Amino acid sequence: MTPLIAARAIIAREFARFITQRERFLAALVRPLVWLFVFAAGFRAALGLSIIPPYQTYITYETYILPGLCGMVLLFSGMQSSLSLVHDRENGAMRLLLTAPLPRWFLLGAKLLAGAATGLAQVVVFLAIAWIYGLKLKWFGYLAMLPALLLAALMLGALGLALSSRIRQLENFAGVMNFVIFPMFFMSTALYPLWKMQENAPILASLCRANPFTHAVELIRFAAYGQLNLAALGWTVMATGVFFAAAVWGFEPARTRGGPRGTGGAQG
Amino acid sequence: MADAVRVTGLSHDWGAKPALRSVSFAVPAGRFCALLGPNGAGKSTLMAVLTGLIRPRPGVVHVGGADLARTPRAALAQIGVVFQQPTLDLELSVRANMRYFAALHGLAGRAAASRIDACLERLGMAERADEKLRALNGGHRRRMEIARALLHRPCLLLLDEPTVGLDAAARGAITDHVHDLCDDGISVLWATHLSDELRTTDDLILLHHGQIRAQGPLAQVTGGAPVAPWFLAQTGGAA
Repeated sequence: MTPLIAARAIIAREFARFITQRERFLAALVRPLVWLFVFAAGFRAALGLSIIPPYQTYITYETYILPGLCGMVLLFSGMQSSLSLVHDRENGAMRLLLTAPLPRWFLLGAKLLAGAATGLAQVVVFLAIAWIYGLKLKWFGYLAMLPALLLAALMLGALGLALSSRIRQLENFAGVMNFVIFPMFFMSTALYPLWKMQENAPILASLCRANPFTHAVELIRFAAYGQLNLAALGWTVMATGVFFAAAVWGFEPARTRGGPRGTGGAQG
Repeated sequence: MADAVRVTGLSHDWGAKPALRSVSFAVPAGRFCALLGPNGAGKSTLMAVLTGLIRPRPGVVHVGGADLARTPRAALAQIGVVFQQPTLDLELSVRANMRYFAALHGLAGRAAASRIDACLERLGMAERADEKLRALNGGHRRRMEIARALLHRPCLLLLDEPTVGLDAAARGAITDHVHDLCDDGISVLWATHLSDELRTTDDLILLHHGQIRAQGPLAQVTGGAPVAPWFLAQTGGAA
């Protein structure tokens, strides 16, 4: 009972914090919508798309990037959770959490689930706006997307969690943007199919294939059409496990040896 | 008398810099023990070890009989902690802050509500329960943190420089409140560099350069001398 009460409180706190930060919510929505309404319109003329699975007919560029933009929302949401964890570490809330009499993996798991839930809520709103815009999927597509989105959110949240265990200060977070978010997003199939990249830059295509975000996007893309991409599922599950293990390892007491401030205390 | 906390042979270093060296001590049940040391003595490092945030090599910590390394959950369940840096959600009310902490310790619903009321009452904070923390002064925020640390009925209360930044009246009130807790059998380990917060009936551990230089009942350790000059003499004026 104790773990459930604690997990519920951690998730509720994360949600309450998200709801009170309206700017964060708006930014999370504006980013993919700009891609959808502005960039997609521009790229539509430049990019010709052939028929590739799971599509069975020619599709518009907006249709192609819809799953990728869902992934983008989750990617930024995951990193935002990481940022809030670094903030929690700086303001001491993380210490309060880690001194609770519960296993560390459980506490971090609850944090991860909380972040994934807020990410999912953002995707739902994004998909609703896309639906109004005319990008409609079949109802079972939306239903099948939910577990895929949740898994992708967990994977990206676990990555954020692992990163936050190594980032000591908020100022260092800009590096995460440059070295994690942008490469992950642009070296994936979110904006262009793999064959297109293979034609022009085979090395980049290989990197794309190794990028877990690619697999998360493909998992979402296939799910949107009621199909299961087993390879993508396997990669995403594996990456989630590796990232979460790295996060738990990073938050282990013996690892926090950077100085008393690293543990949240001051020199004294 | 059983010990609330027993520390044996504890050492820790931050890279090449030794922070704690062969630290051993015990705080019996119901005692107020002042951990006195100048800045940089290793007090916060010791607090981080006692709360399981860092793992010492070597060293053993028992809290209420539970080994912190082997049974961390059992040990942590018996510790209440107030860190030097406030750990507050300023946008939430006192009650909401306490409810979150109560949930982390498995308390919810009516059980949590009645404990929150009782702990706030005890620290003279009952009237502030529904105020946002941002609206409270530093002294009241600290009192809330102490009340919060008592929610799960710990046998050991750890406080790391809890009066830093407070005015004299707030410092006095908090020191009195925490001393009173010992009457109920709670043991207190109070880290400070301010010798005027100590009472003659307290126990004292003097920590300097990561080593315990003296420990025991305060009057016995200081030989009846005033604490402030004794402290300065022991630490070479580092306080």
